[in-house]
Amino acid sequence: MPTDTRSHPWMALSAPGAIDAMLAEIGASSVADVFEQIPDDHFRKAPLDLPPALTSEMELRRDLITRLKRNEDCEANLSFLGAGVWQHHVPAIVDEIVGRTEFATNVWGSYQSDHGRNQAWFEFSSQLGALLNLDVVQLPVYSWGCAIGHAMRMAARMTGRSKVLVPHLSDPERLSVIRTYCQPSEMEGSLEVVPVAADPTSGRLDLSDLKSKLGDDVAAVYFENPAYLGTIETGAAEIAKLARAAGAETIVGVDPASLGVMAAPGDYGADIVTGPVQPLGVHMQCGGGAGGFIASRDEERYVRTYNGFLVSIAETQTEGEVGFGLACPHQNSYGMREDGNDWTGNSTYLWAIAGAVYMSLLGPEGFRELGQLIVSRARYATKLLNDVPGVRVVWPDTQFKEFVVNFDDTGQSVAAVNDALRAHGIFGGKDISDEGLNLGQSALYCVTEMHSAADIRRLANTLKEILQ
Amino acid sequence: MTRLPEFHAAKWDEPVVMEMGRPGGRGQIFPAPEADVIDAVGTDLIPAAMARKDRPELPEITEFEAQRHYLHLSQMTLGMMGVSLFGTCTMKYNSKTSEYATLRPELAEVHPYQHPDTLQGVLSIIHDFDGILRSLSGMDQFIFQAGGGADAAYTMAIVARAYWADRGMLGQRTEMVTSVQAHPCNPATAAAAGFKVVNLPLEENGYPSLEALKAAVSDKTALIMINNPDDMGIYNPEIKEWVRIAKEAGALCFYDHANFNGVMGKLSARELGFDACMFMLHKTFGAPKAGGGPAVGAFGCSDELAPYLPCPVVTKDGSRYVLDEDRPKSAGKVREYWGNVPQVVKAYAWARGMGAEGIELASDISVVANNYMDMRLSKIPGLEISNPEIKTHRMEMTRWSLGPLFEETGISTVDFANRMADYGIDPWWMSHEPWIVAEPFTPEAGELWSKEDIDLWIDVVAKIVEEARTDPEMVKSAPHNQPVSQLKGDVFEDPAKWAMTWRAYKRKKAQGDGVNRGVA
Repeated sequence: MPTDTRSHPWMALSAPGAIDAMLAEIGASSVADVFEQIPDDHFRKAPLDLPPALTSEMELRRDLITRLKRNEDCEANLSFLGAGVWQHHVPAIVDEIVGRTEFATNVWGSYQSDHGRNQAWFEFSSQLGALLNLDVVQLPVYSWGCAIGHAMRMAARMTGRSKVLVPHLSDPERLSVIRTYCQPSEMEGSLEVVPVAADPTSGRLDLSDLKSKLGDDVAAVYFENPAYLGTIETGAAEIAKLARAAGAETIVGVDPASLGVMAAPGDYGADIVTGPVQPLGVHMQCGGGAGGFIASRDEERYVRTYNGFLVSIAETQTEGEVGFGLACPHQNSYGMREDGNDWTGNSTYLWAIAGAVYMSLLGPEGFRELGQLIVSRARYATKLLNDVPGVRVVWPDTQFKEFVVNFDDTGQSVAAVNDALRAHGIFGGKDISDEGLNLGQSALYCVTEMHSAADIRRLANTLKEILQ
Repeated sequence: MTRLPEFHAAKWDEPVVMEMGRPGGRGQIFPAPEADVIDAVGTDLIPAAMARKDRPELPEITEFEAQRHYLHLSQMTLGMMGVSLFGTCTMKYNSKTSEYATLRPELAEVHPYQHPDTLQGVLSIIHDFDGILRSLSGMDQFIFQAGGGADAAYTMAIVARAYWADRGMLGQRTEMVTSVQAHPCNPATAAAAGFKVVNLPLEENGYPSLEALKAAVSDKTALIMINNPDDMGIYNPEIKEWVRIAKEAGALCFYDHANFNGVMGKLSARELGFDACMFMLHKTFGAPKAGGGPAVGAFGCSDELAPYLPCPVVTKDGSRYVLDEDRPKSAGKVREYWGNVPQVVKAYAWARGMGAEGIELASDISVVANNYMDMRLSKIPGLEISNPEIKTHRMEMTRWSLGPLFEETGISTVDFANRMADYGIDPWWMSHEPWIVAEPFTPEAGELWSKEDIDLWIDVVAKIVEEARTDPEMVKSAPHNQPVSQLKGDVFEDPAKWAMTWRAYKRKKAQGDGVNRGVA
C-alpha cells in the first residue's frame, strides 16, 4: 500500500477509489488480474531502489535548482567556446513560442489537428531555403554530424560509390559520428572515409591533394564553409567543380549565422548542404540544442533519397486554401522499415520552430548585420590576441567567427592557460592540442555577436596578465 | 453518452510568413561593430569570392508581427490540449516545473566543453538519473547520447558491431533477428548499421514462435532486437526462453523498452536475461516529445557491453562527477556531445516527482485504464480487437481494427482520424508498418487521463461510428472544424507539384500558370 494516499498531481486515476471503481467495471477483482499475461516468474525480484519521491512541486523545484546552481554558465562567465555549440543571442520571442505547450507537447501530432505546427515547419524549411538558395530542406535530424552522415549515405545511394573525402582538419566530434554512419569496412555498404590534406599556409583544402584523391570511386566530397577551424573556404566553387567532373556529389557544411554575409552554398555548386540548427535561436543547453539540417536542389533523384520528413505545401479541398503535409512519406523507415532510406524517428523538430521564428525576426537585414558584427569582432579578437606576447593566431584574417590561437611560445599548455583564465571568470577556447591536427598547443576560440569589444579586450588583457 | 463539446479550432487564415511584411521591416536589430573594432579591422572582411551578393528572400516583419504570427500558429495546433489516447507514444503531463528549470542560464547557457568542474550540477543529475534507470532495468550503465528511441536502437547496432569486431567476428556475425511487429526503427537501424535483417512472422497467438526463432538464430546472428509487450498489447510469455535460445547461439539481446509504461517497476530487463535495453525519456519519463524531438533514447547495458558504449560516459570519482572519454573500445559516437541534456533533466524530475511508488502506480493505472477502454470499445459495433481469440487482458495499449465498419460503410481508419480532429480529439495512431489487421488503430490510455477524459474519447469514437453509417460523405470529407480542410494528396508524390520551400512553390506555381496559359 502506498504510504501517501493523496492522489498524485500528474495522475487523475490516482484519486482514492478510482482504480477500484474501474476494476469493478471491467470485472477484474484486483490489479494483478489485468497483468495476467505476464508469467509469475517474469516479475522482478529486486525491489526498486530509487531516491525518495519529491511529489510536491516545491521540493522538486528546490532539488532541481539547487543542483543546477552548482553549474557555472556562459552568462555569468565570459566564454569563448564554440566548435559546434555556439553562444548566440536568442530573441525572447523564440523562447515564448517554443515554450508554448501546443508545441512543447507530449504528442507527435497529425496534419489534421496540428496545422499551425505543420505551417511553422514549412516556414523553417522555406526561410532556410532562402538563406541557402536551395529548394528542398528536410526537417532537421539529430545533429550536424548526423546530417553529414545521412548526406554521405545519400550520395552513396545516388552514385553507387563507396568512398567519401573529408578535410583532414575536421572536428573530431563530428568526424566520430561520420565514421559511425559510414561503418567499419567489414560491413556491407560501408563507406571509406578518406581525409584530404589542408594547405598549411591557409587551413583551406589542398586542391592538389583533392585532385589526387578524386576518382570514379568517390561518392562525395565534403567540406565546411566556414570550416571547423573557422577558415573561409574561398576555393568552394573550384572544389565543387572538381567533384562534379569526377561524378561525385559535393556536400557542404555551412553555419547559417554566416549566410547574411557569406555566399549561399546553392550558388557555388553545392549539391547537398548540411549545417547546425542551433545558431538559429536555440540555446546551447550543454549540447542539447544540437540539430542538423539537410538541403538540396529540387531534383527527384535527391528528393527520393532523403531519410526523414519533407514537408510540402499543398492545396486543400477548399478553393484557394493551402495546408501542409509530408511528401514522399513511404521512402523512410516508417514506410519501408529496413528497406527505407537509413532511418528516422523523433528528431529535433521543436528546433525547426525555433529556427522559423528566429529567421522571421532577423530578416535579410538582420542576417547581414549579424554576420558583419560577428566577423568584425572575431577579426578584432585575432588582432588583439596576436599582440599578446607569445600568443599567435594561426591563419589570421581568414576566418568567420572561430580561429586557432597557438600558445607554443608562451611555454604553457592550453590546459594551464584555460585553468588560469577560468579563475578570472573566462572560459578559454576549446583545447585542440590533442586532436592530431599538428597545431601544437592550440585552442579554438569563438567570438560571436555576444562578445563586445570590451569583452574581447578583457580576454586579451587577462591573457597578458596570466602569461607574464 | 456524455455531451460532446461543440469544438472548433482557431482559424486565423494566417498567411505563410514568406508573404508577410514590407521592405525595410525589422524584427531584430544588431548593434554596429564598435568604432575601435572598425578602426582595427575595417569593414571589407569576407573574401570577394565568398561574399554574399544577393539579398536572401526572407520576410521583413516587426517583432510583434513575428510574435503574433507564431502565436496564431500555436493556436492552430491542438497539441493534445484536448484528449489524446495516441498509442505507442504514451501521453503524459509534461511538468512545467522542470521545463522552467531547464530554461535557467545554469543549463540553457552551458557549453558541453566547459571544464567538468563547472558542470558538477548537471553531471550530478545525469549520474543520479543513470542510477534510477539502472534500478528500473537492472543494467549496469546508461548513456543519453541517442537523440530518440530509434537512435538508441542504432546505438545498440553499433555497440554490437564493436562487440563482435573486438572478438574478430564482425565478418561472421552479420544478422539481426527481430519480429515483423517490432518498431520499424529496429530493423531500419540494424540495416543502416550494415546488418542483414531477419524478420520473424507472427503466429496465431500474436507473437513469433520459439521454433521460428530457433530456426532463425545461428552462429551468424549478431543480435536480436525485440519489444515486449508489443503494440497489440500482447505480452510474449516465452521471452525468457527467447533470450536463452538467442544467447545459446551467442547473440546479444536488446530489449526495446518503448512499451515500458505498463511494466514499470514490474519487469527488469536484466533479470529477464537481456544484455541491453533502451527507454524513451520523451515518452515514458515525462519529457515532452515536442512533435518529434528533441528526444532521448536512454541506452543501458551490462558491464560486458559497457566498454563499447559511445563516449562520454558520466561517472563519479570520489565526490566528483567526471566525463569519461577515454574508452578505447568505444563504438564511436552516434551524435555529438552527451545528448539532449534538458530532456534528461526533465526525465530525472519526472522520476523524482513520481518516486518508486508513483511509478509502480502509474503502470497499474495505465493497464487498468487500457482495459477499461477496451471494455467500452468492445461494445461499439463495427470495431474489432486484434487477435480476438485472445481473451486475457491486454497490457497498456491495444491494437484495434476498424475493418468491420470499413466493410459496412467504406469509412477507413484515415477517414476516421480526420473526423476525430473535429471534436478536439487528436487523431488516433493507426499502426506502424506492416499493417497486420485491416484499418488499424492503436489507442493507449496511460496514467494521465481521468475516467471522464477516456469516456469522452470513446464517446467521440462511438459518435463517428454512428456518423459513418448515417453520413459517410461528411466523415470522408473531414475535417470540418479545423483551420484548413482536407489536403489534396496529389502533390506529395509528384515532383512537378511537391514544394518543400516557398521558393519551390512559387517557381512551380509560375510554371503551372504558364502551362495553363499555354493551353488556354
